[in-house]
Amino acid sequence: MDYSQFLAMKQEISLLVLFLLVFLSDTFASNRGCKTIGGLTCVLFGLFTLWGFCPVVIGSDTVTAFEGMYETSPAIVAIKNILNVGVLIVLIQSLKWTASENQVIRRGEFYELLLLTLFGMYLMMSGRHFLVFVIGLECASLPLAAMVAFNKHRYESHEAAAKYILTAVFSSAVLLMGLSFVYGLTGSLYYGHIADSMFSASTSNIVMLVVALAFVISGLGFKLSLVPFHLWTADVYQGAPTSVTSYLSVISKGSAAFAFLVILWQVFGQVYSEAWEWMLYALIILTITIGNLFAIRQQNLKRFLAFSSISQAGYIMLGIIGDNAMGEAALMFYILVYIFSNLAAFGVIGAIENNCGKVSMTDYNGLYKTNPRLAVTMMLAMFSLAGIPPFAGFFSKFFIFTSAINQGSVAIYVLVLIALINTIISLYYYLLVVKAMFIKEEDEFTVAPFRSALTERIGMWVCVAGILGLGLVSWFYDSLLSVVGF
Amino acid sequence: MEATIPVLILAIPLFMFLFLGLLGKFMSHKMAGILGTAGMGVTLLLAYFTAYVYFFSGTPEFVDAAGNRLQFVVFNVDWLQFYENLVIRLGFLLDPISAMMLVVITTISFMVHLYSNGYMRDHHGVYEHGFQRIYAFLALFSFSMLGLVVATNIFQMYIFWELVGASSYLLIGFYYVKPSAVSASKKAFIVTRFADLGFLIGILILSYYTGTFSFTDLTSVNVATDTFAVNLGTADHIKNIFANSAVPVFMGGSVLTWALVLIFMGGMGKSAMLPLHIWLPDAMEGPTPVSALIHAATMVVAGVYLVARLFPLYLMETTALEIITVVGAVTALYAAMVACTQLDIKRVLAFSTISQIAFMMVSLGVARPEFHEGLGYMASMFHLFTHAMFKALLFLCAGAIIHAVGSNDYTSMHGLRKHMPVTHITFLIGCLAIAGIIPFSGFFSKDEILSSCLGHGWVPYVWMSFVAGLTAFYMFRLYFLIFWWKEHKVPQGHHQPHDQAWPMTVPLVILAAITCVAGFIPFGKLVSWDGVSYDFMAHFDWSVASVSLLVAVVAILIAMKMYMKENPLPEKMRNALPALWTWCYHRFYWDELYMFITHKIIFNGICRPIAWFDRHIIDGTMDGFAYVTNKASYAIRGLQSGKIQMYVWVYLIGVLLLGLVTAICLL
Repeated sequence: MDYSQFLAMKQEISLLVLFLLVFLSDTFASNRGCKTIGGLTCVLFGLFTLWGFCPVVIGSDTVTAFEGMYETSPAIVAIKNILNVGVLIVLIQSLKWTASENQVIRRGEFYELLLLTLFGMYLMMSGRHFLVFVIGLECASLPLAAMVAFNKHRYESHEAAAKYILTAVFSSAVLLMGLSFVYGLTGSLYYGHIADSMFSASTSNIVMLVVALAFVISGLGFKLSLVPFHLWTADVYQGAPTSVTSYLSVISKGSAAFAFLVILWQVFGQVYSEAWEWMLYALIILTITIGNLFAIRQQNLKRFLAFSSISQAGYIMLGIIGDNAMGEAALMFYILVYIFSNLAAFGVIGAIENNCGKVSMTDYNGLYKTNPRLAVTMMLAMFSLAGIPPFAGFFSKFFIFTSAINQGSVAIYVLVLIALINTIISLYYYLLVVKAMFIKEEDEFTVAPFRSALTERIGMWVCVAGILGLGLVSWFYDSLLSVVGF
Repeated sequence: MEATIPVLILAIPLFMFLFLGLLGKFMSHKMAGILGTAGMGVTLLLAYFTAYVYFFSGTPEFVDAAGNRLQFVVFNVDWLQFYENLVIRLGFLLDPISAMMLVVITTISFMVHLYSNGYMRDHHGVYEHGFQRIYAFLALFSFSMLGLVVATNIFQMYIFWELVGASSYLLIGFYYVKPSAVSASKKAFIVTRFADLGFLIGILILSYYTGTFSFTDLTSVNVATDTFAVNLGTADHIKNIFANSAVPVFMGGSVLTWALVLIFMGGMGKSAMLPLHIWLPDAMEGPTPVSALIHAATMVVAGVYLVARLFPLYLMETTALEIITVVGAVTALYAAMVACTQLDIKRVLAFSTISQIAFMMVSLGVARPEFHEGLGYMASMFHLFTHAMFKALLFLCAGAIIHAVGSNDYTSMHGLRKHMPVTHITFLIGCLAIAGIIPFSGFFSKDEILSSCLGHGWVPYVWMSFVAGLTAFYMFRLYFLIFWWKEHKVPQGHHQPHDQAWPMTVPLVILAAITCVAGFIPFGKLVSWDGVSYDFMAHFDWSVASVSLLVAVVAILIAMKMYMKENPLPEKMRNALPALWTWCYHRFYWDELYMFITHKIIFNGICRPIAWFDRHIIDGTMDGFAYVTNKASYAIRGLQSGKIQMYVWVYLIGVLLLGLVTAICLL
């Protein structure tokens, strides 16, 4: 056996080492050591993030290991780094919450579970064999249920966890059934083998394969909360602790989107591209539209962001449907921008929730008067999510629309047109938040002026820098485009 | 010539605008005034230096071996390049008229900056609200006007032309809490904007056929050697373009004529020629120093400058020049008649400005190279120069009087000569100059204009001489009514009017001094339409001069008889011709005519249907979309029931539908 192939898994292995370090120090450290576990995790994860940027051993080409079960390439490293940045922000933002009275005893578990799910996501993106993929998927799903239930003393947290795990189990079942169809028809679970043998599969099996494809799409659609597999999203986002919600909405979604792209392009891309493109076409329209229609009516901000994230997932899918290198780069760029924008919004929500427990839209009336910085941060996040130039969100939407249009068919033009109309609708509800904060006058301000914790501020500063910086610095997208091997 | 100083001439006012506009709030009023004035003072020195170098250094860049003046492009940067041939450049062109305009603009602007330090305060020395703002706007205006005169191409000129309009709008509406000032600023902006539409179309036609925006390409025809001396033989190049390119003839005019007339329309708007003059009298709502700068000396002559700039083009198709002559002559008479009846001293000055600008226009319109080597062109520019000085003087005097008395209406003035001696003498000098009394500057320039009219024919000569007589009459009517007529009565609770503080008197004295001597400037040596300098006195026609002098003196004597001492003669005159007086007093009802056209015809006939369409069809569509979206959002709310069984059920149905529908469609 060639042990050098472990080097290709450098990120997974170092993440496991990191996990073990956190786990051991949590288990064996004294009480005082416990207090530093959050800071320790953040510092270690920061180092790990930097480490991810160092190109070690593998060059710029695609490398496969373990008989082709595992693959890494510059694009995969890039998406992992992007996710690492997001996780780091989530970790920093969660420090205040984990140190709160109710969570302090169990906070080590939060970090361990979080790192484990990240490991699972790595496998989802790097796996080139459906077994590896499914293991990664489960590894990324099951601990999340525990994280959702982390607010032990709140009923909503339990309800959310129950809904999450039940739907997750159901979707796994459907996904596995689809995979077993695929295995039965092609005799292999390797991505490459499946793609090859589909060429030779007889035409009588087409119905079977298309149904299997639908099952696989639904399994990932659940993680991405595409309509109609999205119904868990709002309840879970609302019930879960805000840190977990932000993790769910950006990191989990980002990794699933990339894995989705890999599976559709590598496994079904050559033979069934027509089938999955039409399926995706329908799902995108449903997702963007229904997400928007629900978002209009929400009063709870976490629930509001849940529907907003559903509709954002639809936009992310536009990068896949284009089926070109530009789409992959645009998808990664979109995820990065989405990380900054959404985490900025969740940072503000978390800060206010930690401080006075308010999450309703009406509570934000006149926020600009009492907490101008938070209000401006939230405004930037909303503008970026809505795609208003010159903020980053405009460019991510622009690139993803361009990549889709490059595909060139009339149907795609219609799709992009529908997406554009939906951005107008989304502008309405994002501006509702801004209106509440800046324009609405209240006699008594529900949110009193306060100073948020240092860690929360650091997280928000990074996000704001990302929103403004990515809007102005154009080379970043180009560098993503250059690492995408197609 | 290095580009540094020309760049600074434009950059300093722009910087002062931004600096005072953004930071003015944070500094004291006094500081803002001093900084603004100092900035303009530096610009003034630089402009004087540039003009001096251009006229007197004798460098081969500026004058050729034969002593002819050349056009010199100091710099010309590509600003917007659309494609190879369509480039918009910003630059700095030095030639006789732009150098002269630099002097005029910076002089008047500096005087106004200085004067405003005193004018924008009340009697107790308290600064008016927005004091810093006016300095910022004055700097913006100076920047725009300087950019306009040094434009190297017609597009740059258009850009600055609009900037001038915008800053004039800001300055007229300076007292934005006064409804009359607001409507006056809107009126000025809309009327000039409407005229600029013609200007823009003219530019487009002209550049479409000639393929260039550049003045040097359009007007100096001998491009290769870069001499300005226009040779009519080679002017055929441009002429041929129009002659050869199967150009359609539209309503009896060739394309070139149409382009030139449309461009002149822009000039009519800015220079307040009939029938686009209606904004200028109302623009007097702005502070008086602003009127002196913009509505007497600089912006309103932009139209004259535009025609002068393109003069070689106008010569190719003299139809346009004939139109200019007619428009100018009618406007001159009209404005002079109206000025005889107005009560508000600033309005009298405003109509006198319109009339004097019309003189310049007529002078350009009758200028032909065959006659006295294009004397009219030189006369027009000369009059522009002298008029700027004495009209600014008159306006600033009027400002001092208004400041002292607290009213624009001459009925509350009378007999001020003892109270305000300095203002009295300087105002008298201004009146003598505008009336054309030797040796004040107006005599020389007006005489040149009348000479060139005579060269064109008897009709324009007699007509313009009559207007010149009217000018002398109404100016001295104004003078006598302000300073004589009867003893000044100080209203209860007011103090005695008196001469103003030094920031206001010094500009008066300086401008009066310039007015006394400016006539002796050998203008013909400096400015001529083709750069060839000639002896000015050689064309001086003593018969014309003595006739015009006689007319002026008679007019002044009549005014003296009627207005020097309180008497019933004016009343009798008025009653003798009541209809004429009423028409003149109401400015021949032009404003009412415009009101009728805009309110009754345009608003009702065009705007209302459009508004209806906008409100019901466009808004209705948008509201409909919003309504449908909202309804849809309400209708599907049941999907999110909160029941997990339902969630899984929807999930399952979704998967099966997705798979089966796709499979059926593909088969």
